[in-house]
Amino acid sequence: MGHKIRVEVNGRVVEREVEAHTLLVHFLREDLALTGTNVGCETSLCGSCTVWMDGEAVKSCTQLAVQADGTTVTTIEGMRTGDEMHPMQQAFWEEHGLQCGYCTPGMIMATSALLKHNSNPSEGEIREALKGNVCRCTGYHNIVKAVQRAAQGGS
Amino acid sequence: MADQGKARILGSAIKRREDPALITGKGRYTDDFTLPHMTHAVIVRSPYSHAHVRSIDTAAAAATPGVLAVYTAADIESSGAPGTVPTAWLLPDIKTPEHSLLAKGRVRYVGDGVAVVVGETRQAARAAAELVEVDYDPLDAVVDPQKATAEGAPQLFEDVPRNISFDWDLGDKEKTDLGFEGAAHTVSAELRNNRLIPHAIEPRAALADFDEHKGELTLRMTTQNPHVHRLLLSLASIGLPEHKIRVIAPEVGGGFGSKIHLYPDEAIAAWCAMQLKRPVKWVATRSETNLTDAHGRDHVTRAEMALDAEGRILGLRVDTHAAMGAYLSTFAPAVPTYLYGTLLSGQYDIPAIYVHVLGVFTNTAPVDAYRGAGRPEATFVIERMMDLAAAQLGQDPAEIRRRNFVAADAFPYATQVALEYDSGNYEPALDKALEAAGYAALRTEQKSRHDAGSSKWLGIGLSSYIEACGLAPSQVAGALGAQAGLWESAKIRVHPTGTVTVYTGSSSHGQGHETTFSQIVADRLGLEVEQVEVIHGDTKEVQFGMGTYGSRSAAVGGSAIANGVDRAIEKGRRIAAHMLEAAEEDVVFDDGQYTVKGVPDQAKSWGDVVLASYLAHDLPEGMEPGMETTAFYNPSNFVYPFGTHVAVVEVDSETGDVELLRYIAVDDCGNVINPMIVDGQVHGGVAQGIGQALWEQAVYDDNGQLLTGTLMDYALPRAHMLVSFELDRTVTPCPHNPLGVKGIGEAGAIASPAAVVNAVMDAVSHRGIRNIDMPLTPEKVWRAIQ
Repeated sequence: MGHKIRVEVNGRVVEREVEAHTLLVHFLREDLALTGTNVGCETSLCGSCTVWMDGEAVKSCTQLAVQADGTTVTTIEGMRTGDEMHPMQQAFWEEHGLQCGYCTPGMIMATSALLKHNSNPSEGEIREALKGNVCRCTGYHNIVKAVQRAAQGGS
Repeated sequence: MADQGKARILGSAIKRREDPALITGKGRYTDDFTLPHMTHAVIVRSPYSHAHVRSIDTAAAAATPGVLAVYTAADIESSGAPGTVPTAWLLPDIKTPEHSLLAKGRVRYVGDGVAVVVGETRQAARAAAELVEVDYDPLDAVVDPQKATAEGAPQLFEDVPRNISFDWDLGDKEKTDLGFEGAAHTVSAELRNNRLIPHAIEPRAALADFDEHKGELTLRMTTQNPHVHRLLLSLASIGLPEHKIRVIAPEVGGGFGSKIHLYPDEAIAAWCAMQLKRPVKWVATRSETNLTDAHGRDHVTRAEMALDAEGRILGLRVDTHAAMGAYLSTFAPAVPTYLYGTLLSGQYDIPAIYVHVLGVFTNTAPVDAYRGAGRPEATFVIERMMDLAAAQLGQDPAEIRRRNFVAADAFPYATQVALEYDSGNYEPALDKALEAAGYAALRTEQKSRHDAGSSKWLGIGLSSYIEACGLAPSQVAGALGAQAGLWESAKIRVHPTGTVTVYTGSSSHGQGHETTFSQIVADRLGLEVEQVEVIHGDTKEVQFGMGTYGSRSAAVGGSAIANGVDRAIEKGRRIAAHMLEAAEEDVVFDDGQYTVKGVPDQAKSWGDVVLASYLAHDLPEGMEPGMETTAFYNPSNFVYPFGTHVAVVEVDSETGDVELLRYIAVDDCGNVINPMIVDGQVHGGVAQGIGQALWEQAVYDDNGQLLTGTLMDYALPRAHMLVSFELDRTVTPCPHNPLGVKGIGEAGAIASPAAVVNAVMDAVSHRGIRNIDMPLTPEKVWRAIQ
């Protein structure tokens, strides 16, 4: 039995019918073809699937699509303004904050959400805020630097 | 090439070309592809670590709406497909029992596949997989590699007594025993190298599409070596001719070794697509990756070191039980032998070494290469023994290392374990690391904390590592049992306007090849990196190549590219000489210009010469038109990066908690193509090694159940558990490849476990503690202190 949901995703209102058990991440990836959000563990432990729901970072593998009804969702594809990257995207590029790139969309969504609450976090605060996002490539060193760069206003 | 005031592209920290797609969500990984009429495969896996399979009833699953087919080993067998995953590295007298794509009558580890369900949707296939009824008759299991060799231990294969797949040794036993006879000191220890799960964040995945009219299979998959996978799939798994298989590695989300090997699952997806004539996607869940990705390490080792009165090493004896898991994975036999035993001399001039290794089947996931592959295990043995020796002899750990280093003027240096170190200079790296750490001040602080009765004990640990990488000289690899050559290929296609497309057999899964390889080309040709395109990871586009592992991409893949470019330059030089009416030997190429020696205004640009090669209106006598070269680079030796790492830890004596305070890494990987990327590789490797030392372990219970099957139980390093690393380097160029480069991808993971464990032992040694097995969890450390 389908459920009708209405979600604003990356600035566009979409209406779709989804199954009750459909996860938000599968709705984004399969119904809307927004494959930038990755699935790493399906148990909310790796953070690869982090998106914003009503401006807050959530793990889209442990949200049902029906829970997104009436909300505003932002994914990595929605972070650019026109051709201009979000300062956090730019900072990840400048600081080599990614290698394989698989955790990166989640990292960017999580860290940019952090800066909305704390515009000038210490290294310790950045590391605490990243507890829920696993990166196996970078040892977090350059991710921390990227967040610091973005906090300081980009380049 | 002379530097004409223009910044060199080679050696500069240019931003990665692959990043704009990856940071905007446009990178496409295997699971991001959807094909029309695509179906979904789910593997039914054994919940038992060891059991006979009495019967499999697929009727209920097959009758589920949305299910297209349920297959077992019998179906694969009757299709005529070879139906196996092979072992591609053999050793003398090795026992290589068949590993079939789906279990035939017996399962040998939790996760062993017994059936596959293909459905219209992932949900339908998953639900139906639950309905496959398998009647198991459980058998006793064995998970410890030492216990597995005992008489009467459960035996995995009828024809493999005591579960010993291979019994291998290296070095001169008699000479080593003699070294011990006259020794002033002997040091011995039992060292365990904990079993690890690689944890690429992208789970393994495959998307197979079979064109029945052309008889062609296209397989997108998570692979570090698409051509090798194509070859093995053709020969051993699905039986389709090699030229009818196209393997594509799209973006690959990390590998660390785990995506080198051929697993049953990707081959099963391919076989299913051939049966159903519809695309089949298979994507592992995280639990499946933990159960079935080849694990790393899992050694139990007894090591003994003999030293003279001054602390010079006289001999090293090493005896290792290496777990192979339930089947021999693709390159598994090489890891605890030629990638381990050969590294046991470390940075030291050791006159006699003998190593003996048993490769042992256990009821666990197969074990194969994981970042470092054998070299972290060797480094851990030698670097732990150096610290144990230092403690026993009352020497400083830095001094005992210095005393035993291979001298700077002794290169090339032949070890007692079959390697010839091409170059090295170990003391400057040690000195730089000690200086960066403030070693003397740390020792002072350690003492003052101790004198003050602080409960927070300071520990300082060194690890002076070497690795042999840049796999590998093909003749050597062949002599050692590899069923493949380990060269690399490059095709340099120069377009009429002078821009270049490079086709490399070295595919990337996060290493930044598109950036570094274009730097190599741009630097040589005087181009901008934007004028170079790098194509990799598609067997239909790229000539055969060996792939990315063993820190080989820059040293072997990069060297192939450099040689290919140089051949193009050379052809251009002949054309330029013809155009300039000069003798060929008088024409030189620098920064994109061919000039006549001593006549600088006589010049032809790279673009002019390339265009002339394609116009072919007036080429030198007998020269073919066009500008395209292919180079197959076969290295003459391994490359030997080295360095010293220093870990500084604080042990809370009341809780056993270990806090990493600082981590200093001084590495020497020869010439550097892109320092930003090199540093990034070190960061990642160091983090994985720290993880091994302090937190990570794949734990099986005695029944062979994986207790650390999720990220709740398997403690991956997270940001708050680590520190920012302090990096520096020395530069000792490799003397035998055209770029002077060595590998750096694995160095961090090779050096760091020993550095961290040595630091913790340094903190607790005043309590008479000599050794605690990794991972050094608070509980273990606390118990040792009590």
